[in-house]
Amino acid sequence: MNNKNIAIIAIIIIIIAAIGIYAFSASSSPDKSKLRISTTTSLEDTGLLKEVEAAFEKKYPGVDVQVVSGGTGIALQYGQRGDVDLMLVHDKKREEEFIKNGTGTNRTEFAYNYFWIVGPSNDPAGIKGLNATEAFKKIAQEGQANPDQVKFVSRGDESGTHSREKKIWNDSKVGYKNVTNSSWYLESGKGMGDTLLVANEKNAYTLSDSGTFLSYTKDGKISLVPLITSGKALLNVYAAIPINPDKHPKTNIEAAQNFVDFLVSPEGQAIIGKYGQEKYGQPLFTPVPTNPLPSLITPLVSVSSPA
Amino acid sequence: MANEIIGAVEQAIYLIVTLNPELIEITIRSLYISLSATLIASLISIPIGGVIYYYEFHGKRTLINLIQTLYSVPTVIVGLFLFLLISQRGPLANLNLLFTPEGMIIGQVLLILPILIGFTVTALIGVSNQIKELAIALGANAYQTIITIIKEARYAIMGAVILAFGRAISEVGVAILIGGNIRGFTRVFTTTISLETSKGNIELSIALGFILLAIALIINLMLNYLQGRE
Repeated sequence: MNNKNIAIIAIIIIIIAAIGIYAFSASSSPDKSKLRISTTTSLEDTGLLKEVEAAFEKKYPGVDVQVVSGGTGIALQYGQRGDVDLMLVHDKKREEEFIKNGTGTNRTEFAYNYFWIVGPSNDPAGIKGLNATEAFKKIAQEGQANPDQVKFVSRGDESGTHSREKKIWNDSKVGYKNVTNSSWYLESGKGMGDTLLVANEKNAYTLSDSGTFLSYTKDGKISLVPLITSGKALLNVYAAIPINPDKHPKTNIEAAQNFVDFLVSPEGQAIIGKYGQEKYGQPLFTPVPTNPLPSLITPLVSVSSPA
Repeated sequence: MANEIIGAVEQAIYLIVTLNPELIEITIRSLYISLSATLIASLISIPIGGVIYYYEFHGKRTLINLIQTLYSVPTVIVGLFLFLLISQRGPLANLNLLFTPEGMIIGQVLLILPILIGFTVTALIGVSNQIKELAIALGANAYQTIITIIKEARYAIMGAVILAFGRAISEVGVAILIGGNIRGFTRVFTTTISLETSKGNIELSIALGFILLAIALIINLMLNYLQGRE
């Protein structure tokens, strides 16, 4: 009986302590205005946002930045429904829809990098030196001829990376619809990391963001190599879109706009430009205003209205 | 394989020994959310289970079948359902529960309610019918009878509570969709593991898995200790 009481008391103490410590840690930041940001996993995964967030909160101590991450599709849903104040995404087509239907106020580009086409080091389809669309065409041809040797693994998850992959298949005249039921084409239906592991296992090609790829190769988890790492078709532009307070009155437009301004300020751009140098030996992003987009790129539509 | 496991064990020990502040914070938050959910769900489920057990009514079998079917509901579906309710476009938007630990507690309560109700009913049915009849014969009313039977079935019910806690602390669907995996606010064990895996930190993920299991072991030992004593 006595022991039973001790056990009960112990459990109650744990619960109360957990609640107490939790309440204490939550109350240490009272009356802060919250800035909720939804983002794609690739930005969150690289750890860039963590640094930008710390610097921003230092500058604006009254704002508590909360980064919500959960995959591209749901990130866009959060924005569409007004559950967040700001979106940081990299899918131009869908971003423009957001501006058009009035969900977002404006679209500000703050960084870019390139998607990489990666594959086995012996490059069975011989794509090295080609541009992205030629490479996809070659992979499709060789895959058709030798489905045992040449394979391609797709995210297949409607992410920003997957959208880009679809676009390259269509631009290469192979057609996305035609590849999806080919025997050499596999869909992982998972995030970038898992997809890279599948591609590595199958000795296959895939399209990856550079950050995830570098972190997987650094630890020796995969032996794939980057084969094509630049060019118009692989350009990956990150943009910030504050949610329109006219449509969703509860959103914190002031903090959202401050965050966007901070991203493109010299201070924010310096953080973006340096990020990754220490960990991966090369920066993962190129900040936008200090390095205008490469001139070979068709001008990106900029639907901004002055704040 | 072996290297990763050894690396994970080393990392787990390192994180614990150095009292990694982020690990401690995530541990407290995970326990706060899942223990609260288990406690609330138990307080709701055990009486409901008692009532379902005690009364004979039309459709009782169907109701029990329905509850048991809900054991299989995917955690992401529970998360989505609650998300549609509390999102800014949903009917309960004004409660501002999205992306809060309290929202996650509600999600986990919804998730484990069927298990707790169903297992409570099963546990009570397992008690000999003679006890129920004896209690009634001795003049016990419905409330007293149910309490008596629940006392008889306490080991089995405690087993259900442990199972429900296990489902709550290990689920990731509600935690991601309702919590949003916000660092320092709604990030728990499972969402950290999923984030670290997608970052490629496989050893760290496995290390966190080990720590989660160790904490579950401690909680279960305490609950077992509680139920093993008279």
